[in-house]
Amino acid sequence: MTDQTAHSHDDAVDEDRRNFIHIATGAVAFGGLAAFAIAAVDQWNPAADTRAASSLDVDISKVPLGGEIRVLIGGKPFFVRHRTPAEIAAADAVNVASLRDPETDDERLRPMADGKLNPAILITSGACTHLGCVPVGPTQGNVGAYGGWYCPCHGSQYDTSGRIRSGPAPTNLPIPNYKYVSDTVVNISL
Amino acid sequence: MSGHESSYTPNSGFEKWLDKRLPLIRFANDTAITFPTPKNLNYWYTFGGILAICLVIQILTGIILSMHYEASVDGAFASVERIMRDVPYGWLLRYIHSNGASMFFFAVYIHMFRGLYYGSYKAPREVLWILGCVIFLLMIATAFLGYMLPWGQMSYHGANVITSLFGAIPLVGESLQTWILGGPSIGNQTLQRFFSLHYLLPFMIAAVVILHIWALHVPGNNNPTGVEVQDVEKDTVPFHPYYTIKDGFAIVLFLILFAAFVFYAPNALGHADQAIEANPLVTPAHIVPEWYMLPFYAILRAITFDLGPIPAKLLGVIFMFAAIAILFVLPWLDTSKVKSMRYRPVARQFFFGFVIVCVLLGWCGAKAPDAPVIPALQGEKILVVNYSENGQEATSEYKGDEAYHDAQRFMASLPEGASPSLAAVAPPTFQFSQLSLILTICYFGYFFMLFFIGLTEKPKELPESIHKSVLKRHKASSATAVPAE
Repeated sequence: MTDQTAHSHDDAVDEDRRNFIHIATGAVAFGGLAAFAIAAVDQWNPAADTRAASSLDVDISKVPLGGEIRVLIGGKPFFVRHRTPAEIAAADAVNVASLRDPETDDERLRPMADGKLNPAILITSGACTHLGCVPVGPTQGNVGAYGGWYCPCHGSQYDTSGRIRSGPAPTNLPIPNYKYVSDTVVNISL
Repeated sequence: MSGHESSYTPNSGFEKWLDKRLPLIRFANDTAITFPTPKNLNYWYTFGGILAICLVIQILTGIILSMHYEASVDGAFASVERIMRDVPYGWLLRYIHSNGASMFFFAVYIHMFRGLYYGSYKAPREVLWILGCVIFLLMIATAFLGYMLPWGQMSYHGANVITSLFGAIPLVGESLQTWILGGPSIGNQTLQRFFSLHYLLPFMIAAVVILHIWALHVPGNNNPTGVEVQDVEKDTVPFHPYYTIKDGFAIVLFLILFAAFVFYAPNALGHADQAIEANPLVTPAHIVPEWYMLPFYAILRAITFDLGPIPAKLLGVIFMFAAIAILFVLPWLDTSKVKSMRYRPVARQFFFGFVIVCVLLGWCGAKAPDAPVIPALQGEKILVVNYSENGQEATSEYKGDEAYHDAQRFMASLPEGASPSLAAVAPPTFQFSQLSLILTICYFGYFFMLFFIGLTEKPKELPESIHKSVLKRHKASSATAVPAE
């Protein structure tokens, strides 16, 4: 200790002390930058009001038989389709093992308040799983080769259960989180 | 050449005073007036100057447009219509800006092909080339961001397609996509951040352009022979007036082309769907990017097969980004010591093939992937009956004049519960998706071929120096100019 003091009197430089100051200063600057980076990056994430607008009650009694309505929740499209008995039969008749994304029609439905499935109403995401285009359906007069939906962008074809049957899309149209509030009202959330 | 001695002598008292404090005039004199430039640069070398003009035009018109533009999903489309109809000369400024983007890319592609042809990416100009690639990347980003601002149908759905590419990245993809969009989908917040970045990036381009010119002025210009300057006296001329005039003339010609588009065909390069306000529920039948992105779009869609654990969608994204990334490492892929393709008989053929591949990729990008490349070769549609037999899916095909009746008769004969459906299916033919895949392989193949060609090719004899090559050409042309009897 005494040695060092004498030494620093000679050169007036204490290397350890100087290193400590450099590292401490650098650490404070880096810490400040990192703290700012958290705010600067996180501000791009969904804001509270955007997140709040992420569920919707839909009246399914208004959907005509054989038709569908399209709802936007948080800017994302969803299909609510009222299927005909023939369309339900077609969805059930498919050999699940032959599908690209194997799912039975029942697996793609959610139970009503009494625990039973309502196969007449199919609710799916309205964004093609390929690149997010909105497929056309019965309202646009084109249901594709499998009776469900047809994506005009790159030719993906979905069946009456919203399952991918041909084209580039990798998976079925996802089923959103939804629950039956009553027999005629469904709450869909992102 | 940064090594060249400054020839500036300050004359007035003010110039002497300034030269000691900030040698601005000296710097301008040395970089833009007396800078020694190879005397054999042809008109392909004028596109650097043309691009500088393009950037200035885009920034000037863009700043003005932003004074009238409203970055909100409710107001954006209407504010652009107001610029077109109500703002004095708004139509002119917007048409200059929108066509200016196309002209900018047209010029940058020629500039890049010129660099590829004359080997301008090779030592000692690797950093110059990489900075150019950075500028190109920033240009693509800026153009993509700017295309969303008019809030037309193609703005919205084009941006949707491109931002969903990030969703293809494993693990982080979905949260990355949400982060970029600022919500579950494209909304007001997305438009606002895109506008902010669209305003910022051109100034970053301008900053990299300064580095690009700096990196140009350290080794000096490449030239069509690829032979470096040996004697400044004999091989070079001062930048002014020789190249200020040559560049100026080329800029005038370029601006005539520019004006022809702005005044006579302002929407020729645009898309009709952009005249419809964005509607998230209606996807345009055919989403295409602007023409200058088409080759990359074609590469994105060319990959339709999974490769091991990598799904087709991600693979397409990887290849699209790789198509640009490979340019960054080109200086180390090309093994030939000879710069100019003039003296590389084999590589030269491949270069022209590469240009054709790029143009054809653009053609593929504009077409629907399942459309036939040669419609005349597409046969008549086949009627296909899909039905289920003992729980298995089965099909039955019908061709010819009686196809429809035969199919109907067959469907009637099926047992209950077979749930048959009838579809007209185009017979297999050579489709754009297949052509895209072949061209994508050729695109990347070019860069790998350069590696092997460089090792085996026997180049033609290089001229001794720039001035000798100029004199030789001059002699050759005067010899053939002897008038016939």
